[in-house]
Amino acid sequence: MTFRKYLVLAGITVFSTAGDSLLARGMKDLGGVSLHNFSGLLLAILNPSVAMGILFLLTFFACYMSALSWADLTFVLPATSFAYVLVALIGHYRLHEEISPTRWLGIALITAGVGFVAAGPSVTPARERPNSLDASCDTVSVEVKP
Amino acid sequence: MKDLYAWSAIGLIVLASTTGDVLLSHSMKRVGDVGELWKRRGVLAVVARVLAMPTFAIGLMAMGIAFYSLLFGLSWGNLSLVVPASASLTFVANAVAARIFLHERVGRRRWIAALLVAGGVVLMAV
Repeated sequence: MTFRKYLVLAGITVFSTAGDSLLARGMKDLGGVSLHNFSGLLLAILNPSVAMGILFLLTFFACYMSALSWADLTFVLPATSFAYVLVALIGHYRLHEEISPTRWLGIALITAGVGFVAAGPSVTPARERPNSLDASCDTVSVEVKP
Repeated sequence: MKDLYAWSAIGLIVLASTTGDVLLSHSMKRVGDVGELWKRRGVLAVVARVLAMPTFAIGLMAMGIAFYSLLFGLSWGNLSLVVPASASLTFVANAVAARIFLHERVGRRRWIAALLVAGGVVLMAV
């Protein structure tokens, strides 16, 4: 794992969180937009928050595709699930939302999961032999050039 | 009856988003490291190579189906059921699908990570 790759993983987390939050804020500004009111849905793009949200989500998608080009799906998904924690922490510290003990436990579990998978290899060689599936290979750090 | 609809939507979300993730992951592995490709051949070559993958388009379509299933699910079930249930089940389904279809070595470490994150997502929504 190089510094650039860690940056891409951080990009997935940050841009998906920021994109979702901006989109939610923009749609709340607009009030009730329904599927029946299709022109209203198209005009929603003119709202600055919605436009920024879409831009951020497109950046998230580019980072996600980039990560999938050099890392396993089972590495990328848990490693970037820190976004859930980020949303809760932003809610707590910026919007002064209450976080219950159960939610703190959830945050701890997700953080542990992220740490667990990030400490392992980002990509594993494809199985050539059907009976070569042993857990020990997962502790060996390997980087495979495509 | 509404519960049945909500759980059907959750099932469809999990199925569609897992299919999408697996297909997108498969396409990007075939494309190769996009950072390296960008450096060597430029951004247009990256875009052309990604768009030339038929599995990429099908993966995007599956993601679209997952998104609309989520909208339907939210109209039948509570936000606090549909979102965490579909998100956490997708983590587990992805681990199974990646092992079967992408031949990724999902060892003990990755299973534990997937289960911890799935459990954490459920607790966050309680």
